[in-house]
Amino acid sequence: MTDPVRPVLQARGITKFFPGAIALADVDLTLMPGEVHALLGENGAGKSTLIKCLTGAYSRDGGTIRLDGRPIDPGSTEDSQRLGIGTVYQEVNLLPNLTVAENLFLGRQPRRWGLISRRRMAAEAEALLAGYGLKIDVREPLAAYSVAVQQVVAIARAAEMSGRVLILDEPTASLDAGEVELVFSVIRRLRARGLAIVFITHFLDQVFAICDRATVLRNGHVVGSRDLADATPRDIVHLMLGRQLETEMRLSHGGAAGPVLAEIEDLGRRGTLAPFSLSIREGEVIGLAGLLGAGRTETASLIFGAIQADQGRIRLGGRDLALRGPRDAIAAGIALCPEDRKADGIIGDLSVRENIILALQARQGWARPLSRGRAEEIAQGYLRALDIRAASLDMPIRLLSGGNQQKALLARWLATEPRLLILDEPTRGIDVGAHAEILHLIETLRAGGMALIVASSEMEELAAAASRVLVLRDRVQVAELEGRAITSENIVRAIADEEREVA
Amino acid sequence: MIRSTSLPLIVTLVTFVIAYALCASAYPAMLSSRVVANLLTDNAFLGIAAVGMTFVILSGGIDLSVGSVIAFTGVFLAVVLRDTSLHPLAAFALVLALTAGFGAAMGAVIHFLEMPAFIVTLAGMFLARGAAYVLSVDSVPITHEFCDWLQDIYWKAPSGGRFRLAGGVMVAVFLGAILVAHRTRFGQNVYAIGGGARTARLMGVPLARTTIGIYAISGGLSGLAGIVFALYTSAGYSLAAVGVELDAIAAVVIGGTLLTGGSGFVAGTFFGILIMGLIQTYIVFDGTLSSWWTKIVIGALLFTFILLQKGLTWATTIRRRPAAGSPTPS
Amino acid sequence: MALSHAPLRRLAPQLVILAAVLLLNLAVFPDFFRVEFQNGRLFGGIIDVLNRGAPTAILAIGMTLVIGTRGIDLSVGAVMAIAGACAAKIVTDGHGWGTALAGALLAGGLCGIWNGVLVAWLRIQPIVATLVLMVAGRGIAQLVTEGTILTFLNEGLIRLGSGTILGLPVPVAIWIALGAAMAWGVRRSALGLLIESIGINAAAARLAGINARGLLVCVYLVSGLCAALAGVIVAADIKGADANNAGLWMELDAILAVVIGGNSLLGGRFSIIASLLGALIIQSVNSAILLSGMPPEFNLVIKAVLILAILVIQSPRIGHWIYILRASGGDPAPGRAPRGGAHAKETAR
Repeated sequence: MTDPVRPVLQARGITKFFPGAIALADVDLTLMPGEVHALLGENGAGKSTLIKCLTGAYSRDGGTIRLDGRPIDPGSTEDSQRLGIGTVYQEVNLLPNLTVAENLFLGRQPRRWGLISRRRMAAEAEALLAGYGLKIDVREPLAAYSVAVQQVVAIARAAEMSGRVLILDEPTASLDAGEVELVFSVIRRLRARGLAIVFITHFLDQVFAICDRATVLRNGHVVGSRDLADATPRDIVHLMLGRQLETEMRLSHGGAAGPVLAEIEDLGRRGTLAPFSLSIREGEVIGLAGLLGAGRTETASLIFGAIQADQGRIRLGGRDLALRGPRDAIAAGIALCPEDRKADGIIGDLSVRENIILALQARQGWARPLSRGRAEEIAQGYLRALDIRAASLDMPIRLLSGGNQQKALLARWLATEPRLLILDEPTRGIDVGAHAEILHLIETLRAGGMALIVASSEMEELAAAASRVLVLRDRVQVAELEGRAITSENIVRAIADEEREVA
Repeated sequence: MIRSTSLPLIVTLVTFVIAYALCASAYPAMLSSRVVANLLTDNAFLGIAAVGMTFVILSGGIDLSVGSVIAFTGVFLAVVLRDTSLHPLAAFALVLALTAGFGAAMGAVIHFLEMPAFIVTLAGMFLARGAAYVLSVDSVPITHEFCDWLQDIYWKAPSGGRFRLAGGVMVAVFLGAILVAHRTRFGQNVYAIGGGARTARLMGVPLARTTIGIYAISGGLSGLAGIVFALYTSAGYSLAAVGVELDAIAAVVIGGTLLTGGSGFVAGTFFGILIMGLIQTYIVFDGTLSSWWTKIVIGALLFTFILLQKGLTWATTIRRRPAAGSPTPS
Repeated sequence: MALSHAPLRRLAPQLVILAAVLLLNLAVFPDFFRVEFQNGRLFGGIIDVLNRGAPTAILAIGMTLVIGTRGIDLSVGAVMAIAGACAAKIVTDGHGWGTALAGALLAGGLCGIWNGVLVAWLRIQPIVATLVLMVAGRGIAQLVTEGTILTFLNEGLIRLGSGTILGLPVPVAIWIALGAAMAWGVRRSALGLLIESIGINAAAARLAGINARGLLVCVYLVSGLCAALAGVIVAADIKGADANNAGLWMELDAILAVVIGGNSLLGGRFSIIASLLGALIIQSVNSAILLSGMPPEFNLVIKAVLILAILVIQSPRIGHWIYILRASGGDPAPGRAPRGGAHAKETAR
């Protein structure tokens, strides 16, 4: 079993269809014992689909999986766990109300005369966590600890219960640098024990810090597998972005900006975002770049009043705004298309039409309803203008595809005729066609004199659309790029600045 | 060091001690063992029912059928003892099996049909009360020498208080429940489901088995409470114990259990029961206060504890401990 | 406004069930549908159902809105007792019935605002927040009546319970008028849309600029007002305020009416008309049991069984099974199980 040359897990020709699309096409993945294997790719490249096929959360439409040489076919995540494949997700899948020890041992508590021996459980939990370099009071509820500690506990539980393959799906997405190091130390210990670890992340510096090999996916295909010892970050970025990087499109040239629309001074909130200042002109697209958790969404939420600022001020069109919530921002002419479409955007069971007119209706108040005819007119207008593909305006919006949902949400905000439109990850999880359309729309709106703020993790998107780019790192604004200086390479460099010096 | 999880329990305890001290300073007689013994005896059936309710609420559910099941149990016992020659012990066993089975059935409906516990146990409430009516509309006296004998078992404290069997059964149920809640895998699974059913399932908690078990326990304990209540009143009456589920829920919440599930202690419920009993005793002692003040005070207590829990949840999520592997100061 | 057949499709299950239960009534009591006009008042089995169902129907109106926001109001029964007590107290103190009604509505409104503030501002779970008043409310009502059953002889107030308008019992006129006004009002204004938005996705609703807090308080206020009205009607009917028994377990009937009306307890899409039909179904079941001449002790059992049957038919899981049965033969269901609630609605159509 510990034969170093024999792979722990071999996936061959994994294929998965979604209605109308191929999510994975003939994907191979080989994991060696004692290896940390990075699974890389942009959003929608197929990373999570591959993981779900491996762990049985999805049934695959083709391909074989071999664990220690034996073919397996897990039907559920519990199944795969029993077989030896454990998974840890970005959101900690543990119970915050139970203690650390209870979480570690749920379902397999040490017993004495039929009763759980809490003392032994605590001692074993402490010993177990000590093995990962974590010394905490295991009798405290999990909720009392930071996300990093919770993540380590989740990893420990998964590793104890599965023991062959550990899949870490963006475990560091919401951690700061110190916390990431804590998780890394745990990963190194597990690697030393001979586990095969799949590590998914958006952070290239983390890939080079911890991983041995990387497999890169693009549009459901494997585009390359590299030993990281003989690869540079640039190679990997090229693999991930592919052709798009060379033929980088450039939509706006930033020249046509009008008078200053909004001035933000020292806006911030303790513990959420360091104060920042920004002035935005009409006809300008400001990009917000940074890794996940760097403060992009927080910046957008502060300007929109969804998170209350505890310092600084916003002037819009020469007027001071006191934002007590999104309602005030909307009344002032600000709109925000949120990052998490499902949780914060669409009202799933309402019809497409109702979703489109919702913000406008909310601004008008309940007593002044939009007539059915007016609503139909507005919705139809945007249906055509944005090419939203919906069988009917009466169908629930949750039945639309991601791209069409996103366009309907855009329509919701455009219907309020905002002066400042904030788009948080406007192209996340949508198909290539819609992607281009939305970028095109941003440019059209800008040319029409609207001011936009676009937060995105996709560098080429910002490079294509923005007239200025603010770069955030660890909730602090660290750089501002303008005009010709806005290229994917430069943004990546600004984001990676610190770490790159080491590399 | 006081752990944040046990804080509600401590608050309940302190409330009880302060309330008792206030009562005793007003009426020193309330310190007597007689009052203490009556406190236990009078609230025995409520306490037993509240234990079952604690499990249900810990799992994030609710059981509205408790009062009706108590009434049904009383009528069933009375009718069986009147019309058959069954020994009371056999009748007890039969009714416990029936009520536990009834609870299990409700749990199964809740789990397998994915219906809200609120609605299912509401239907259960009608069903049990209705079954009691069908058995007898009138109050049926329970007269069996064995039952009289049970009622006469007591331990007389030196100072005169008579600690009866009912109080003892309640205390035993509480002790057993504490063991089950904290020292068995089933108990841990109850907390896990209360923390989040989806996550619990991902972590391997058997949802169906646990849910059915929880409601079976609640049904069975309601049955036991019904037996105690029937012996206490020496009768079975289909209109008895109306609204006991509400008192039980109140006791659980005052005992520091989060109504949203996942957090709380069985022991807290015990003191919740005692606090509610104390209020009633005080009003009896006072004589000038009207009985409705009980409800208002209990409502106010409920409100206070709900606010307290809200504050605590808020505090624990806002003020997370600093991360990193450094040992926590203790 | 184009009248499509969509609303009818939404109401079809309730209409079918109601028709079935009414036919059951006819079967056990052949004169059930006969309506007579005597002494300026309509009489008949069907009128009785409408009349007896009034309190539940009125409660169901407010409860539908509350449940639409993904909430629940357990306190309506206790609020009924408080309102009845207030009205009785005011008329026994020598004031007119108008003052009494206003006073009762004021009391109910305050209770509703209390609930709303707990839910909207303190962010307390609705079931917990309204439990407080459910427990304390009856005590407050007894405080008002000082523990007695306050009887009164005020003609105006009594007429609210047993008078007639154009031959129709006053409670019937009240609930039909109120129900129609509310059902029309929430759809005519944007209230319905905004309430449903909050119920389906509160976070997104807030980000879309909906004043969720204000609306929540309003919804609980309406529920409190409905409860007060129902409380006054019940008190007027028995010519007295019984703080102990007025509105006892009415909150459960009201919630049942809403659920039988096909509204999901998880909030979102709601129909007041369907809830009113639900209230009528409950009352028709009561009536059928009564008219069948079965021993009254069987009432609750039969009611429980019928309700359980209705609920099971509407349960999301059964809906899912039917869905799968229908889909079988075609492709197997996709890997991700769609939201349960959606299926309930799909089968309800």
